[in-house]
Amino acid sequence: MVAPPTSADLALPEVLKQSGQREVFCGLTSIVWLHRRMPDAFFLVVGSRTCAHLIQSAAGVMIFAEPRFGTAILGERDLAGLADANEELDRLVRELLERRPEIRTLFLVGSCPSEVIKLDLQRAAERLSAQLAGRVRVLNYSGSGIETTFTQGEDHALMAMLPLMPSSDEDQLLIVGTLADAVEDRFRLLFERMGVPRVRSLPPRRSTELPPVGAGTRLLLAQPFLSGTARALVHRGARLIESPYPFGVEGSRLWMEAAAAAFGLAPAAVAAVLDPLEIRGRRALEPHRRELEGRRLFLLPDSQMEIPLARFLARECGMELVEVGTPYLDRQLMAAEMALLPGGTRLSEGQDVEKQLERVRAERPDLVVCGLGLANPLEAEGIATKWLIELVFSPIHGCDQAGELAELFARPLHRRQRLSFV
Amino acid sequence: MELTLWTYEGPPHVGAMRIASSMEGVHYVLHAPQGDTYADLLFTMIERRNRRPPVTYTTFQARDLGGDTAELVKRTIKAAVDRFQPEALLVGESCTAELIQDQPGSLAHGMDLGGVPVVSLELPAYSKKENWGAAESFYQLVRGLLKDQLPPPGFAKPSPQRWRQEGRRPRVNLLGPSLLGFRCRDDVLEISKLLASHGIDVSVVAPLGARPADLMRLPDADANVCLYAEVAGTVCSWLERSFGMATVKTVPIGIGATRDFLTEISELLGVEIAATSEAESRLPWYSRSVDSTYLTGKRVFIFADATHALAAARIASQELGFEVVGLGTYSREQAREVRAAAKQLGLEALISDDYLAVEKAMAEAAPELVLGTQMERHSAKRLGVPCAVISSPLHVQDVPARYSPQMGWEGANVIFDSWVHPLMMGLEEHLIGMFRHDFEFVDGHRSHLGDGAPAAVPVADAGPGAAAAQVGTLPSGPGATATLVAEPLAESLLAEQLATTAAESIQADGPAVAGASVWTPDGEAELHKIPFFVRGKVRRNTEAFAAERGLARIDAETLYDAKAHFSR
Repeated sequence: MVAPPTSADLALPEVLKQSGQREVFCGLTSIVWLHRRMPDAFFLVVGSRTCAHLIQSAAGVMIFAEPRFGTAILGERDLAGLADANEELDRLVRELLERRPEIRTLFLVGSCPSEVIKLDLQRAAERLSAQLAGRVRVLNYSGSGIETTFTQGEDHALMAMLPLMPSSDEDQLLIVGTLADAVEDRFRLLFERMGVPRVRSLPPRRSTELPPVGAGTRLLLAQPFLSGTARALVHRGARLIESPYPFGVEGSRLWMEAAAAAFGLAPAAVAAVLDPLEIRGRRALEPHRRELEGRRLFLLPDSQMEIPLARFLARECGMELVEVGTPYLDRQLMAAEMALLPGGTRLSEGQDVEKQLERVRAERPDLVVCGLGLANPLEAEGIATKWLIELVFSPIHGCDQAGELAELFARPLHRRQRLSFV
Repeated sequence: MELTLWTYEGPPHVGAMRIASSMEGVHYVLHAPQGDTYADLLFTMIERRNRRPPVTYTTFQARDLGGDTAELVKRTIKAAVDRFQPEALLVGESCTAELIQDQPGSLAHGMDLGGVPVVSLELPAYSKKENWGAAESFYQLVRGLLKDQLPPPGFAKPSPQRWRQEGRRPRVNLLGPSLLGFRCRDDVLEISKLLASHGIDVSVVAPLGARPADLMRLPDADANVCLYAEVAGTVCSWLERSFGMATVKTVPIGIGATRDFLTEISELLGVEIAATSEAESRLPWYSRSVDSTYLTGKRVFIFADATHALAAARIASQELGFEVVGLGTYSREQAREVRAAAKQLGLEALISDDYLAVEKAMAEAAPELVLGTQMERHSAKRLGVPCAVISSPLHVQDVPARYSPQMGWEGANVIFDSWVHPLMMGLEEHLIGMFRHDFEFVDGHRSHLGDGAPAAVPVADAGPGAAAAQVGTLPSGPGATATLVAEPLAESLLAEQLATTAAESIQADGPAVAGASVWTPDGEAELHKIPFFVRGKVRRNTEAFAAERGLARIDAETLYDAKAHFSR
């Protein structure tokens, strides 16, 4: 393992604050993975044609027969009279649920236009919940771009589910944040082996099977973008386990160790489970580390996973960090990560995309992590890129995935070496 | 309020982005909230563009709404003009900004931008869509740039044949090609070549590749060619009204349409055009050749933008001998033309932007080939029907590296290949069906259409003439062919009679008719001798026959009884 940070490294890096054009998705995008996590839920965006077009473009391919998300597109008549808009929404929800009787939870998802015209979706959700009592629960949250960035949509969706979580003080480890099912199963198994009494997840796989929360709950964040949910769960009595996030061997080990420590488990038993994983994980990482070592990395703000990924790529893969951008910086949730970043790492919060691209061009990094709108243009300028959106769909958490995670970043570099047109 | 799951068209400001991104020297400042930058990826990913769209967004957030968003707009405009130094500036807003009414266009007009022409775009996001937005933006830009050249009222219309007096070659503008349109890049090349071969020059191509200065030269041409009415219809009729410029409206997709196009343009410009020979394109001969016999009467379902739907209907029915069993469009602006074309084919046009309604109509029509957009590609895949994409909305694979126009003579070649190849493969599937009893065969194997045979759903019923066609299209190698023909032919004759006669009495993709009838092993064995692509239909017809008669068991005899029944 890499040496623990020295006191010099612990000095908080200076953060470059940027404001200008932000090249990021809005929170509606999280529906793309949330609806897959909870197959009995439907996400109904109340918005415009832009919202519908965004989700379908972000989802990339149109592969679903009838997806479990859709958009109630506001028309001119809805804008003219809000009373009518509410009636229209009720009608549309009734029609939707008639066609999709398997739906148990309906999320009304607010958008930029619905927020601006102040369409009260909370009242709509209460009204519809009462009408549909016993059949479908109707919740609401905002995924609008004026309030949320990309992955923050999940944070808001989880917060909407929180009031429905029963209270219980029983001891449990609550893993919060959508994980790929296979990865989640793996973590549960490992925690069971270590002796964690009870492991539950939020969001659950069935929207109606919400875990309880209370004084016995130790809260372990699987994703770094759930600030609001974490605070709200702490408010309900849960204790937040502070740890780096489970990316890479080191991060995953620290994450699982922190959870085990929160339950006072014997370190030897924990090490017995984790040591073989670490050895195997490092072996899988090695070929990719050789490819990535010494390469210069620039991360543009996108998914809020940039800081943990930068930590992994710097410490376990030997990459040199040129700049680590993040859409917003939650210092509490990032404290353990920032402590592990190499001293003097340049962090930037927010974005002025033109100025940031100027810095990219000036620095000529070996690899730029960015969104889909920027990747090909940067490639055309001769700069290798890795687009980040697939990381929110892919199984990348845990010691066993560290090799795959590194490979995702090594691939663009590797590919460049293979290609030749002479 | 309207429920939408997938949309054919984006919002109107995406149409405006298509115009700005298609051109050179144009920049678009878009007052839009954080998140609307997603639209960049349409260009950088689907079109594989190597540069960012020339769009600057204000990306306002909730905290900006409390402050002065108008100031943000002005700051953004100033910064964009300073940085990109455009030759013309488009200023507009997306759906959310429309609600906060900052009037970015008026703000821009009130600013000193060093003389950059500013065109304000007002695109009602809550009633209009992408293609309308593209047409309107193109029109506003052209109108804005040409306002100083407007002839006085009552001016004499310029003659489209004035090139003779002026002692030069005739010249036309090609209007409408744009990014995210279907194969526009190659259509422009093909039509320019075609026109050049008849002594006609292309003056301006727009919006694709044009600069603002090029738009200011539009009136220099003798006529406008409206290649894609979805984008250029508004501009062409304005140029006709304001500058007296004639419009060539025939869209040259397909052999007949390309000939009509040349006739229209030659009459308009007074250009002698030598009679065109069939040999200009390979499509006519390929379509006449015996190998194509099996195309006869193939059932084709068409859904696309109006331009491509209309063209496909004509080519399919006249030039390939298909039977069009469904025709529709999501382009409401051109619905009238599509309705008329459908009527001529004895159909009712489907005008809809609900892809589920389109999928339902597709299933009901039981086609053997679907010509559609990306949406129909997915629907067809689910139904197990081959599909060729003929129109936007696009997938990255619909922007091929190779030259592949739709228009003109070469376009007809491309169309023949891309529509017929999925069917050739369909025939290959039939051959696999014939080899089904060979030990090498793994049941359910389908070479390219998907990961497995569609569950009990027929790919389609064999149309009339299919049996004859199968003889005609067996692969080379005469020895092998002779031994292969006899048995499958007999099978498919049976299959065909069973399948085609009572097709309409049975739902195209519904579950097998419920009832007490049970297949006996010998009945099932007989059924399995029938090629897979009609087997499902035969099964349902036979079950319907058995249910009607209250038969508890279906054996081989019942199958033949049903055959006799349906062959009446």
